[in-house]
Amino acid sequence: MLVTKVVCVQVSMKLEMKDSPGQLVAALKPISDVGGNIIAVIHQRDPESDNHTLNVQIVLALPEGRLDNLVTLLKEQGVNIQRIGKERLLYKRTIILIGHLMHTDLSDTVDQIDSTGFAEVCEISMSMPAINERSTSRVTIKATNRADMDAAIIILRRVADQKSLLLIEPLEEIA
Amino acid sequence: MKAALIGLGSVGRGVAEMIQKKNPGIIVTGIADSKSGLICNDGIDIAAVLENKRAKGICGDQGITATDVIKKADYDVLIEVTPTNALTGEPALGYILAALERKKHVVTSNKGPIALAYHTLSALAKKNGVALRYEATVGGAIPIMHAIEDGLSGNEILAIYGVLNGTCNYILTRMAAEGLTYEQALMEARELGYAEADPTYDVKGIDAAIKLVILVNTIWGNEIKLSDVDMTGIDLLTPDALRLAEEGDCTIRLIAEAIPRKKILRVSPRMIEKGHPLVVEGTLNALTLETDMAKEITLIGKGAGSIETASAIIGDILYIRNHYGKRA
Repeated sequence: MLVTKVVCVQVSMKLEMKDSPGQLVAALKPISDVGGNIIAVIHQRDPESDNHTLNVQIVLALPEGRLDNLVTLLKEQGVNIQRIGKERLLYKRTIILIGHLMHTDLSDTVDQIDSTGFAEVCEISMSMPAINERSTSRVTIKATNRADMDAAIIILRRVADQKSLLLIEPLEEIA
Repeated sequence: MKAALIGLGSVGRGVAEMIQKKNPGIIVTGIADSKSGLICNDGIDIAAVLENKRAKGICGDQGITATDVIKKADYDVLIEVTPTNALTGEPALGYILAALERKKHVVTSNKGPIALAYHTLSALAKKNGVALRYEATVGGAIPIMHAIEDGLSGNEILAIYGVLNGTCNYILTRMAAEGLTYEQALMEARELGYAEADPTYDVKGIDAAIKLVILVNTIWGNEIKLSDVDMTGIDLLTPDALRLAEEGDCTIRLIAEAIPRKKILRVSPRMIEKGHPLVVEGTLNALTLETDMAKEITLIGKGAGSIETASAIIGDILYIRNHYGKRA
């Protein structure tokens, strides 16, 4: 029996296109044409920009070996590809945790985020002034998009509450 | 316009001095402190009263109480600036009710009664055709209520974010600038008179939360209480937290926020970019209003102080004179 396994890769792309009706849909069409699957689309409309272009970050899953094909098709649509990366988690947020971080099992705290599948801890800086004193850490979390990030933060709030840790979130509600 | 002044602490003295010095057309016909009172319907000699208060510790006749002044003096507006009681609102609440019942306008700097009984008080004022103004309760000298009612009228306010407690802001500024511990910064704030002997009310976020309650009830009229606010103070912050924030070009500020569409109502220390307009230094206060038309507006200014608070109070009195007819 012959088993064909399609191996997919996750790719992120930063695209620039004309900011006019239908452009985004036209730009995204080649992705399905090559058998790709869109995971996230992040608009980055620069309010300062007046050159009528739209910047979009997309995350997609693509059968291996189709990337070159996709790039050609996108260029034919007049889409300018600014960056291609293999990074899956595009949305970052940094928080601070204060408390008995080691005694309350830091690896469990991290694991509660990592095990979600949509968010993970990518950086920790930690300061432990003395044994039995509270330590402080700066934790950077990555997620696929803002909604997933908000979900990860809700998990972290619950964990911080259970472990009597002080969680300092960033103020970023103001767009 | 005739006014009765109840309370001769730091704020009351500031108001009296400015009325005397700037002569904005306000005649004071009644004055009371916690121990004495004075009524003179032709106008009180403010300089003499302030001198009396300085020399003897009382402003007038010990046989006359604040309630006597409120119920008997001839005035258009009651200036209520007695100390705040966050739990009961008294005695200020009773004073304000008595004046509103006499159909007198009320201007107050007192957070307690406004946070606890805004709905009752504003309904009574409306019924009696008088004004209840409390600009000085939130953000000291910053004309927040004027901005909301007048400058931004017609806008829908979508969210508010504020640095509303000068004591906390001073402590956080010093922890960030000098690497002080919370305890060291608090001690310094005490020495400079920015923090009370018992700092609980400030550092646990209670004061900021009370101001948030006042703002939310004013803007959205939804009768929230202090217990509805999710509160975290600054007393457990470490110098390392400030340092780690700094490494990311951020700092930490105690932010009071209300976002009705997300059901967020909280006071908490937050990481915030150093270039953000809400990152003000020292005892300053700041408030960002997010609105539908004007988008974001940030107001920054002195959040406390005798003359600064007097600015807000006199602004309220003159607003009443301009909007309710010149009766003086």
